[in-house]
Amino acid sequence: MDRKTQLTILAAAAAVALLAAVPVIGSRALVQDLFGVLTLLVLALNWNMLAGFSGLVSVGQQAFVGIGAYVMFACVILLGMDPLAGVLVGGLAAMALAVPMAAFAFRLNGAYFAIGTWVAADIVRLVTSQWQALGGGTGTSLPKGTTKEMIFVQPVKDLLGGSSAAAADAVTYWVALALAVAMLGISYGFLRSRMGLALQAVRDNVEAARSVGIDPLRLKAMVFLLTAFGTGLAGALIFIQITRVTPEAAFSVIDWTAFVIFVTVIGGIGTLPGPILGVAVFYALERLLADYGTAYLILLGLIGMGAMLFARRGLWGWIADRTGFDPLPLSHRPPAPPSFTDLSDPVTQRS
Amino acid sequence: MIWLDTLAQGILLGGLYALFAAGLSLVFGIMRLVNLAHGDLIVLGAYVILVMVSVTGLNPFLAATLALPVMFGFGMLLQTHLFNRVLGEDILPPLLVTFGLSVVLQNVLLETFSADSQKLSMGPVEAVGVPVGPVTLGLVPLATLGSAVAVIAALNLLFYRTKLGRAFRATSDDATTVQLMGIYPARIFSVATGIALMVATLAALYLGARANFDPTIGPARLLYAFEAVIIGGLGSLWGTLAGGLVIGVAQATGAAIRPEWQILAGHAAFVAVLLFRPRGLFPRAND
Repeated sequence: MDRKTQLTILAAAAAVALLAAVPVIGSRALVQDLFGVLTLLVLALNWNMLAGFSGLVSVGQQAFVGIGAYVMFACVILLGMDPLAGVLVGGLAAMALAVPMAAFAFRLNGAYFAIGTWVAADIVRLVTSQWQALGGGTGTSLPKGTTKEMIFVQPVKDLLGGSSAAAADAVTYWVALALAVAMLGISYGFLRSRMGLALQAVRDNVEAARSVGIDPLRLKAMVFLLTAFGTGLAGALIFIQITRVTPEAAFSVIDWTAFVIFVTVIGGIGTLPGPILGVAVFYALERLLADYGTAYLILLGLIGMGAMLFARRGLWGWIADRTGFDPLPLSHRPPAPPSFTDLSDPVTQRS
Repeated sequence: MIWLDTLAQGILLGGLYALFAAGLSLVFGIMRLVNLAHGDLIVLGAYVILVMVSVTGLNPFLAATLALPVMFGFGMLLQTHLFNRVLGEDILPPLLVTFGLSVVLQNVLLETFSADSQKLSMGPVEAVGVPVGPVTLGLVPLATLGSAVAVIAALNLLFYRTKLGRAFRATSDDATTVQLMGIYPARIFSVATGIALMVATLAALYLGARANFDPTIGPARLLYAFEAVIIGGLGSLWGTLAGGLVIGVAQATGAAIRPEWQILAGHAAFVAVLLFRPRGLFPRAND
């Protein structure tokens, strides 16, 4: 590990420690805001893995957010489970949903995959609206006090003082932070692995990748399933904090896919630090334009389009191109070529 | 007799969906562009007609003729300054730019016209029914289906009988080689998108005549249009008409069983076709 990577890890650790301390030193409003930012980051990291690294432009990620949320609610309301355990079940349910969805959407080539996933998400939304035990089309709420009785809330309350509600916010916040850090670490590890290298090879040149024995379909299907799991976890976690679920909110294409796409594209699609920069820009804009309603969404959309037109690798690509700074390198150095004197083939011997 | 009526209503609804889909099919056929903003552009068309109606006081049918050149020009501008810049091997930029456009259009319409639902009032003609055998059909839905057939026929004539159509087909086949023949693909693409938006305006006229609309309904129209294109088979305009009819009949049947099953039944028909005939009913193009 070279010096630069060591420094990066050190800086990242400091940033995570600072973020982890927010519930202790910051206000509850800040905790809630950053919870939104962290969960958005998790969604963006997952979508970036799909679109940026695997060439799977999904516009149907709201299916996984929604199903994660609904299954978590089902676990709590129908089975009496702890919400955080429900989050895990929600993530697994999203992954299970990804199997038929992939079987369907992978039949559509290239750009049509995007609308195919959108249709699939709409189907899941409409079917979920028929789930009468969870309120059908009008949705349902978590039973009063559920989050206050959540695991870890009592010890956190004893530790921090303050209300149970604040402690519940702190717990979900730390889970979101852990999820974001884990996603980032796993993404990096995955992309540096053999499989990650294969994935980027497929993205750059399918034919060449095939010729060295890579099966693009298997690889893409695997990424689709794994990102569905991550997206479902984030979705379920988000709706613990919202405490109320409706089909429209849980399967919203704007909230769970459009924002995610803009954040990733602005920060830098196909780069690992891109989504982090993207959510930072998103948060800043949200604070600046909070009073202007939809103007903020319009601006975000315009910046996203601008990025695609003028800076395809977003803010991060722009910075990296100018400074050569790359703290999380994804490229592999090719093995050093053997020197000519070592070679015993007849051509070099003759010369 | 109820099922016959359902079938007839479904076919008429299918005419509207075929109109939604024709523009999408045209643009995809010529430049392989999947325009995720197509539904929102239809809704934009409806608002342009609405503005024309309120400014001139004309009947929506006449106001639509004023909206057509406006939308043609807007399509040319969009293609020239936006889409042409992102077309290429990589499918990501055009998808994301059109998706961004979809969200921007939706919210600009929300800001300008509010979320209130609107309707294009056709006047007394709305109530006119035409008895066809055992069922009575509305005159406006009949006109919708008639227009869909006429639009598809006209697009086919344009494609296979005119100089412009020849340029369309040649550019679609090989956008590099046509340049040797003095054709400028970027300009051909711009005209194609202009025409697609004129078709979208016609679709908007019947959409506004049939039911209420508001700025948020675009994406759902995109999904129906897309389903019609895929069911029909990529690259076949008559296939797109057939695809629209399949979705229309499926939705009408679903709605007849349970009102909340309307959309779901359309999606189910789409999934079924895709499972059994992955390339659609009348495939032509190889992608």
